Amino acid sequence: MNPNPTILIVDDEQVVRDSLSKWFREDGYTVSVAASAAEALQQLQVQRWDIILLDIKMPGMDGMELQLRIKEIDPTPTIIFITAHATVDTAVKALKEGAFDYVTKPVDPDYLSHLVSNALKQRSLASENVKLKEQISEFCKADEIIGESPQMHKVYEMIQTVAKTDTTVMIRGESGTGKELIARAIHSNSNRRYFPIVAVNCGGLPEGILESELFGHERGAFTGAQYKRKGKLELADGGTLFLDEVGNIDAKTQMDLLRAIETKQFTRVGGNEIIKVDFRVICATNKDLEKAVSDGTFREDLYYRLNVFTIFIPPLRERKGDIPVLANFFVRKYARAMGKSIDSISPEAMDTLVRYNWPGNVRELENAVERAMVVGKSPAIRPEDLPYQLTEKNHVLPTGSLAAVEKAHIASVLEQNRWNISRSAEILQIDRVTLYNKIEKYGLKKPGAA
Amino acid sequence: MLEVSQTVGRLFGLRTDVTAAHLGLELAFDPSRQQYNSTALLAQLVRSYSASQEKNIAVVAVDLYVPVLTFVFGEAQLDGIAAVVSHHRLANQFYGLPRDDRLMLDRLAKEVVHELGHTFGLYHCRHFECVMRSSTYVEEIDLKRNWLCEECQAKLDWQR
Repeated sequence: MNPNPTILIVDDEQVVRDSLSKWFREDGYTVSVAASAAEALQQLQVQRWDIILLDIKMPGMDGMELQLRIKEIDPTPTIIFITAHATVDTAVKALKEGAFDYVTKPVDPDYLSHLVSNALKQRSLASENVKLKEQISEFCKADEIIGESPQMHKVYEMIQTVAKTDTTVMIRGESGTGKELIARAIHSNSNRRYFPIVAVNCGGLPEGILESELFGHERGAFTGAQYKRKGKLELADGGTLFLDEVGNIDAKTQMDLLRAIETKQFTRVGGNEIIKVDFRVICATNKDLEKAVSDGTFREDLYYRLNVFTIFIPPLRERKGDIPVLANFFVRKYARAMGKSIDSISPEAMDTLVRYNWPGNVRELENAVERAMVVGKSPAIRPEDLPYQLTEKNHVLPTGSLAAVEKAHIASVLEQNRWNISRSAEILQIDRVTLYNKIEKYGLKKPGAA
Repeated sequence: MLEVSQTVGRLFGLRTDVTAAHLGLELAFDPSRQQYNSTALLAQLVRSYSASQEKNIAVVAVDLYVPVLTFVFGEAQLDGIAAVVSHHRLANQFYGLPRDDRLMLDRLAKEVVHELGHTFGLYHCRHFECVMRSSTYVEEIDLKRNWLCEECQAKLDWQR
């Protein structure tokens, strides 16, 4: 509790002001008095008050009207009405307008003492509650959204703009740009932040499993469903549902999801009970959804339902100024985690990082720095600590024929992705079969393969 | 009164005297409340002893009030020269209980010390047993001791 709470006494009778102020001063409170509503409003400009004792009947503006004006200026003080003429109507009105309590003159000293002490305890709890919520907000803060570039500042502005609304948000950007972090930042800045954000990776789950993951299932709904299970939609009640890789949802689940988003109700797989939920949808994709809509693989109505407010996250190569900021952040992060005394990146190594085009974006940069922190030595990361594909000779494309450039680029992407065909094909924006054909055509060999 | 005076003297390490106070009680009487305005009595005391360097505590038998409260046990000039204390509500008979003069004197001594503490600039104390703890009903006076906690004693020493 504040050791020296402040009390403002507003009463047109001097004897009341004097006796109350004296009584509270003996209790160690900081007390001030006002003989009229006008004086009280002046006092509010001077400082903040914990408790305001208000007389209802005063010449000019009465206590009831003054209460409303006070709430407009500063809604935080606890207001206690104190009056000689109590009626039930005025008491009810005062309490409805937000007063803490209502007492009639003369007041029993014990009652007044307890009333004020209870009011202060309640204020203390309320301020503790605010502090705890702030602490939760701090914990929730997505602290790895780093970037000082104008493009990222625009993203931050968009997060702030949309967070407080309940609008559906679509986050678009290449793989590794940090779409989930943006979703978490929106959630933690929204009014739903004290409820969960539930993430579903729609790309990583087969058709039936995704449906069950989203909507849950009843016992016996399908082979292996031994127990009833709540889906992610139910778990997100009150909070945010984050649908990652939303472009990969199959046709049936798209339809069910659309209905659930529109009506905020659904049934579990194999069940009849209608479950009502309240959630906000944030989704992310790196796919060309417009093309998917025109191809007929993504429902147009779901597309419009999801694509209300779009945030584009620029790829790292388009905001090279952020590379040093991010790289230094990851150095500090991994130095702490690994207990290493490396605290910087040498100018040569930083130059290599900045010149590289980062097809895997921030995720790739983080992996590169993490690797360098493992192999590097104090005090700074050197170019030789960086992954092989970052060195200049590897990312400078050959001159000459188009085929040579294509071969070198495919080889480089395969190398960067450790010969993960799906991922490489995704980055190259070709299908897997085409990639296999190109590998064969150019005679590319996986290192270590026979 | 002599006993109360001695207790006060012991606690504060002061010389104490008991004399008759010439107060115009009738001037502080409110017929509608059938009580005496303690602030008005205190003002009389301050006027009468304005030239005095000493602390002057008037003990009265009448029921005291301040306008906004139903009653007070006493009232002091904070960091001043005067205080007024009533034993009207300190007696068991007021609450329909058997007379107990010993208890009444104990209570009176505590209240005199309490108001005198205010004249030395002491505020209400949160220490449960400290005599400077605020008492809004008589049982609370019984709960505290006629004793200043370390913090209040230190403040008192500093004030003096």
